[in-house]
Amino acid sequence: MTAGSSSFTEFIGAHSPELLPSRRLLPVGATIEAPHGTTIVSLTYDGGVVMAGDRRATMGNLIANRDMDKVFGADDYSAVGIAGTAGLAIEMVKLFQVELEHYEKIEGTLLSLEGKANRLATMIRANLAMAMQGLAVVPVFAGFDLDALVGRIFSFDVTGGCYEEHDHHSVGSGSLFARGSMKKLWRPGMDSAAAVRVAVEALYDAADDDSATGGPDLTRRIWPTLAVVDVEGLQFLDDDALGAVVEQIVADRRGNPGGAR
Amino acid sequence: MSMPFYVSPEQLMKDRADYARKGIARGRSVVVLGYDRGIAFVAENPSRALHKVSEIYDRIAFAAVGKYNEFENLRVAGVRYADLRGYSYDRSDVTARGLANAYAQTLGTVFTQESKPYEVEIVVAEVGQNADQDQIYRLTYDGSVADEQGFIAMGGAGEHITEGLHQRWAPGMNLGDALGLAVELLRQDPAGGPSRTLAAAQLEVAVLDRARPRRTFRRLVGPLLDALLSSEDPTADLPADDEPTPGRHDTLTGESPSTDPPESGPA
Repeated sequence: MTAGSSSFTEFIGAHSPELLPSRRLLPVGATIEAPHGTTIVSLTYDGGVVMAGDRRATMGNLIANRDMDKVFGADDYSAVGIAGTAGLAIEMVKLFQVELEHYEKIEGTLLSLEGKANRLATMIRANLAMAMQGLAVVPVFAGFDLDALVGRIFSFDVTGGCYEEHDHHSVGSGSLFARGSMKKLWRPGMDSAAAVRVAVEALYDAADDDSATGGPDLTRRIWPTLAVVDVEGLQFLDDDALGAVVEQIVADRRGNPGGAR
Repeated sequence: MSMPFYVSPEQLMKDRADYARKGIARGRSVVVLGYDRGIAFVAENPSRALHKVSEIYDRIAFAAVGKYNEFENLRVAGVRYADLRGYSYDRSDVTARGLANAYAQTLGTVFTQESKPYEVEIVVAEVGQNADQDQIYRLTYDGSVADEQGFIAMGGAGEHITEGLHQRWAPGMNLGDALGLAVELLRQDPAGGPSRTLAAAQLEVAVLDRARPRRTFRRLVGPLLDALLSSEDPTADLPADDEPTPGRHDTLTGESPSTDPPESGPA
């Protein structure tokens, strides 16, 4: 009951540190086989930002999960996507969501977009010891900046470095291919529908060449998770809208598998 | 060396209770009352920044009268309790009853062990799936808890307002009527003098809206509050959608976005 900070992470660090994902100790030299999340893409458009992730988690050569969500709403105006050790990453996102809501309730205002990105960087930094033992978490953070009224993207490295990315960015095992795809498809001044299509195409290209990235699963009707953040806030595209986009892309690529245009 | 005077425990507790009661009675009143689609909070509070009513969790809100620094301390502790519980269990496991018990422990300990009791009275309310499941708890300075049905008034004119609510509040009132009743009772002078005028700007009004998903707490200000309080205007409930203006989504103003372009910045 003492006056303290408005950070939830600092509060549980003092109150019940065992709840922090980064406070666990692993035996030195041990390696763990744990599910890994794969590809996340994010790109800006005129009036906001889109983030999408495939649904696959892999463990070695096995598919650990084929309908995992790896893109999450962090708060009303931002989304976070994760690649890396799935269990740790999801726990970190959960903590990050509470952190932002906690700040909002205690302070009565929203954190700035840079403030949110820096809070996430602090969590990644605290996880460095685990990352060095193979349990790395690499997020990408995107949100709508309420001061500048534009969508912005931030990337992170395992040491907690936080970098602003321009136009588009991708993380995870298929990111190389997704990035190449977005380089060719991204245009300045796109609208949200065009940006959604580019995001899904980039994931399609990543799944085409990376075995750990899941492509659109037409038989099970499993589509990527896709969030759009604009001035009105964060919104996940529902299955029907996304299904139409995916089916269009699959149809367009029939006989043209690379999507050349 | 002089001997300290003996003070009996009865006297000690009575003195502390009197002290706390006097502090609370100086404050302006807060009314919490159920309506057909949620729970409404009406406080006389000219400040836009120092709130007497606040969000604790998805379906739980907090209202207080008394010393600001003391109830602010309790509010922060409540948000921490709720967020910690929601984080380590699940969002649905955060309940007003658990929070009220935690507050009762804290207030009781402070009352008996600290040199001065907290001069506060608080309400923890949780909106349920229907009006029967709504929960309203009142906690007083000594840590005693009361589970109230339908409404509570606390602060300087608390008793007078409670009497009025007993006579005139009915389950299933709409929001416009419930707010009108609360404001009318806040205006009355308990000593029997003429009623004061209370403009919307002097009120802090918030609701827990049963129909909203996840976070149900909304503050009501501006033209929307004026319309709800006005007896001529037919508005008697909240719009179903939040406002698209940039910024926090916990405030409903009733201003149309066309008259308030986003260029003017977050509210």
